[in-house]
Amino acid sequence: MSTFGAVFGEAFRLIGALDLALLDIVWLSLRVSLSAVLISTVVALPFGAALAVTRFPGRDALVVTVNALLGLPAVVVGLAIYLLLSRAGPLGTFGILFTPAAMVVAQAVLIFPLIAALARQAVADAWREYAEQMRSLGAGPVASSLALLHDLRFSLVTIVLAAFGRAIAEVGAVMIVGGNIDGVTRVMTTAIALETSKGDLPLALGLGIVLLGIVLLLNVGAHLLKERAQRHHA
Amino acid sequence: MREPGPPMLPLVLEGIGFSAGGRDILSGIDLVLEAGPRTVILGPNGAGKSVLMRICHGLLAPTSGRVLWSHRERPGEPRRQAMVFQRPVLLRRSVLGNLTFALAVVGVPHYEREARAVAALGRVGLAAHARRPARVLSGGEQQRLALARAWMLEPEVLFLDEPTANLDPGAVREIEAIVQSIHASGTKVVMVTHNLGQARRLGDEVVFLDRGRIVERSAIDRFFRTPATAQADAFLKGELPWH
Repeated sequence: MSTFGAVFGEAFRLIGALDLALLDIVWLSLRVSLSAVLISTVVALPFGAALAVTRFPGRDALVVTVNALLGLPAVVVGLAIYLLLSRAGPLGTFGILFTPAAMVVAQAVLIFPLIAALARQAVADAWREYAEQMRSLGAGPVASSLALLHDLRFSLVTIVLAAFGRAIAEVGAVMIVGGNIDGVTRVMTTAIALETSKGDLPLALGLGIVLLGIVLLLNVGAHLLKERAQRHHA
Repeated sequence: MREPGPPMLPLVLEGIGFSAGGRDILSGIDLVLEAGPRTVILGPNGAGKSVLMRICHGLLAPTSGRVLWSHRERPGEPRRQAMVFQRPVLLRRSVLGNLTFALAVVGVPHYEREARAVAALGRVGLAAHARRPARVLSGGEQQRLALARAWMLEPEVLFLDEPTANLDPGAVREIEAIVQSIHASGTKVVMVTHNLGQARRLGDEVVFLDRGRIVERSAIDRFFRTPATAQADAFLKGELPWH
């Protein structure tokens, strides 16, 4: 277990043997991050599109705020959600602190500005081309936003993937609100942090390899989807 | 299928001015557009033709003056005027989908949309392309689709902003034939064009703009034979050097 090569060998053996503890952790990571992405996307895409196509007082301030939150540190989100969900907090009655649900909430909040800001930018760029035509047809902000989101769907896939990447790779927020409880709230990133500090490098490295593989596979899929769509729609 | 209700025309422009970035693009425009004759807006580059049309259509608000429709459109009502732009903006969906979208926007019920869209495609000769993605059509086909989208709503007025710029002669003929049919179906046509041959073929009257002002308005034949103003004369000589 002391040499670099031996660590890698053991890591691949764990993956190859479909080690149950490892699989549980991977499965929970996927569940939490996919749920967070799903929830955040459903809200953030229309929100970003609406910011792009409507004009109202305070809109510019809102755009700057959302853009600024792109750099939101995961631990700060974790802390904020922790305070909200803790027994004494305003949402304490739900009792979801230190459960996967709390982790979903934290990750959804973390990636919301990312999806909203990038979607707003994409829609705003396209809106320059579409605005007159949409107004001429009599399309209001809702119909215009939905039509633009539909037209930009393949670019938005990339944005959502980036958000998924951020969610599944972050460690600070899930550590704070999940608590890294073995078999309950332990996900890949918190497990890697813990196992590394404990010295169980093969498990940590195995998880790291799986994490990379998942992100890579998703991106390959998105790339193929986009290629096909672009050939189809010119 | 046209919405019942009082006619929108005539359209009266009163003292319209438009400035942007400290520059006057239009000033002192008084114009009445009546139902019936096809109106062609001519003028040199930068005369303000497209801006004038956008003000008529409601895409730009004039800096001064008033745009008075005989019957004003209210927000939420289906639009009774349409515009076709130099470069059509088509959605990244099928040819048919572009039309059903436009019908949905104006509140046509779901079960009526496809039949109306298919009929509209037939009128512009695109029926065979219904299921193709709209953005892979040729330039001329895209413009025909844009015309179908405008025509389908049976507008009282159709504004055309250089609809055949950058198209090959065959496509131009097809577009012109469609514009004639739209006019024949009872729609008032108002068009900006740089193509004087097209102005003669498609126009009944000319509104001639120069440096943001209307300097001449006359019947098409008279405008080309005996322009009343020096500016129009110079414009025609410049555009038709063999005169």
